[in-house]
Amino acid sequence: MTREELDAAVVTEQERSQSFRHHVDVCIAAGCLSSQSEVVLNSLRTEIRERGLEKECALRGVGCMGLCKAGPLVALDGQAVMYQTVAPADAPEIIESLDTAPVERLVCPVNMPFFNRQTRIALENSGQIDPERIEEYIARGGYSALAEALAELTPAQVVERITASGLRGRGGAGYPTGLKWSTVVKAPGSQKYVICNADEGDPGAFMDRSVLESDPHRLLEGMAIAGYAVGAEQGYIYVRAEYPLAIKRLKTAIRQAVRADVLGTTIMGSRFNFQVDLRIGAGAFVCGEETALIASIEGGRGLPRLRPPYPAEYGLWGKPTLINNVETFASVPVILRKGSEWFAGIGTGKSKGTKVFALAGAVQNTGLVEVPMGITLREIVFDIGGGIPGGKRFKAVQTGGPSGGCIPEAYLDQPVDFETLAQLGSIMGSGGMIVMDETSCMVDVARYFMDFCRTESCGKCVPCRVGTVHMHNLLTKISEGQATLDDLAMLEELCDLVRHTSLCGLGQSAPNPVMSTLRYFRDEYLAHIQDKRCPAGVCHIAPEVTA
Amino acid sequence: MARVHNYKRDLFDNLLKQAISAMIHAKISPPSDDKRWKIVEATMRRQGYVPSTLIEALHSIQEAFGFLDDAALRYVSAALRVPPSRVYGVATFYHFFTMRPPGRHTCVVCTGTACYIKGAPALLKAIENNFGIKQGETTPDGELSLLTARCIGSCSLAPAAVFDGQVGGKLEPAAMLERIERLQK
Repeated sequence: MTREELDAAVVTEQERSQSFRHHVDVCIAAGCLSSQSEVVLNSLRTEIRERGLEKECALRGVGCMGLCKAGPLVALDGQAVMYQTVAPADAPEIIESLDTAPVERLVCPVNMPFFNRQTRIALENSGQIDPERIEEYIARGGYSALAEALAELTPAQVVERITASGLRGRGGAGYPTGLKWSTVVKAPGSQKYVICNADEGDPGAFMDRSVLESDPHRLLEGMAIAGYAVGAEQGYIYVRAEYPLAIKRLKTAIRQAVRADVLGTTIMGSRFNFQVDLRIGAGAFVCGEETALIASIEGGRGLPRLRPPYPAEYGLWGKPTLINNVETFASVPVILRKGSEWFAGIGTGKSKGTKVFALAGAVQNTGLVEVPMGITLREIVFDIGGGIPGGKRFKAVQTGGPSGGCIPEAYLDQPVDFETLAQLGSIMGSGGMIVMDETSCMVDVARYFMDFCRTESCGKCVPCRVGTVHMHNLLTKISEGQATLDDLAMLEELCDLVRHTSLCGLGQSAPNPVMSTLRYFRDEYLAHIQDKRCPAGVCHIAPEVTA
Repeated sequence: MARVHNYKRDLFDNLLKQAISAMIHAKISPPSDDKRWKIVEATMRRQGYVPSTLIEALHSIQEAFGFLDDAALRYVSAALRVPPSRVYGVATFYHFFTMRPPGRHTCVVCTGTACYIKGAPALLKAIENNFGIKQGETTPDGELSLLTARCIGSCSLAPAAVFDGQVGGKLEPAAMLERIERLQK
């Protein structure tokens, strides 16, 4: 496909879309699918066919619209009207009312803060296009950034633009993307690789899955641009086996992209070749760590190794390798299309652009939100999230999964960026954000995360393998009301030791949930130890036997 | 002259390698004449019997048979020329691979953070009380397996569980037990 053909494809698709009087979009991402949205889609299809409206009314399945708690979601005419918790039986009424007023009882207000406080960059097409049709991605400007890069920019210029945008890795650590790319460029050797880390292992995080399921071509375009910039001809996407739908849609997307000549050999008439293969993970949290991920792609156990050398110099098969997260790659095409200055204009001084968060737990509007960096936690939880249901009190918000921490109410007005969250003892992480109310016990939460780290430790280094088990034992002891203050001191000592002596990020960050809860909720620990009671009433403390 | 020589040697080396590889694969036959092995063989052939595709091979066996047994591991080890110790190491390292046959029905309870704080422990307790099985176990009659997942990504529907591939959300212990009973009918 040449650039002219690409432009022609945009026009064809737009004309096709305009030939319909009405558009009915049903969310077919995993969240809504689990509330039977496919049945809704089928009953709408039957209804349209029975009324003979096939030529006037375009029905399609689209990606995630964000408000997962209200699924299945149905949007009419480009989200002018949205319906929530639609049942298959509602189909006749919905089709009937297309030309009249919307069905009142199903309407989901589109002007609520959940929708209008977001800034969508990585999710710009999510919920707007059918993820299984490349034409719709192209019609929304897809692959034009790749075409421009190949025709007009040198690889060095592409790296320059990414550097100028201030984009930082969205996988959690926030390493400057441009710097990483230029390290790979500078690394000697002709054989290089690009890897996309789609091993989203944090419990409570489903941002990457949404991008993969709702807009897979965006990832492929981002990877191809990265491949062109660093001089790689082979890319791998390492995706979790737990995401079968994402795997299926990625496979479809790769096939379509090769056929459309935006992947494969001599892409768009240039001399650039780029091939993408999938590698399916097998359920190991540690494989989210880049060196462990590489070991897994090489077909072995996912054991991390010491860095340096970093994968940028010594990665897959010992070759220079660029590893970025899904959301990072997803931001790349937009940056080239709209310019580095535009991207750098969003966000804060050191954290540019937007971040996607998976909002879950004790909050009204659970789902997926994309917000500009620098927004406060209060805005996310109370404005966008709609606050705590059931009149309960907010207690903490947990970010960064098992590597992050719990942030209490006092810091809700702090801006969300990489530095601030780190100062608060948590991390940005990949974007899971779990809200907890007064019915959650912080000791129990810390114990839960330590149980996670204990089972997910790969066992290679002693501090992590043994330390997490002992920390878990101590936390269990505290939650059962059996612990003494000496145990608490021992726990703090272990936190320090495991944090500083573990081999990889999993061990180094495993104490974070404990340390952050100790920092902000020490009184809860003391209540378990000294008063033998659980303030939240979660832990089962056996009444003391008095002799 | 030297270039010609090298070219010939490379050609010879390649032919020899192909011949050896063909001989090896001709001799290695699947553990049984079950038709499902054809799928596994096709997967390995498509990947060129490269040792680094071990995980893909194991995935295809588990997909076809539901679990990995000794014979399967030995077969993959021979076919991909990977030492049995490494095959066993990989098969046991990853949580997704199981070495025990699953029950006729499976129930996967999500224990992600959102599900945990919204009551996943109570769901597990209810299954334990009702069926006498803990996570990773199967009822003695082979009817039901109980598994847990780190996070199925349906956090908005917490607490959630997967019944034979169908996700159920916002579960209460009673509703969950009822769904399991419906599975068994």
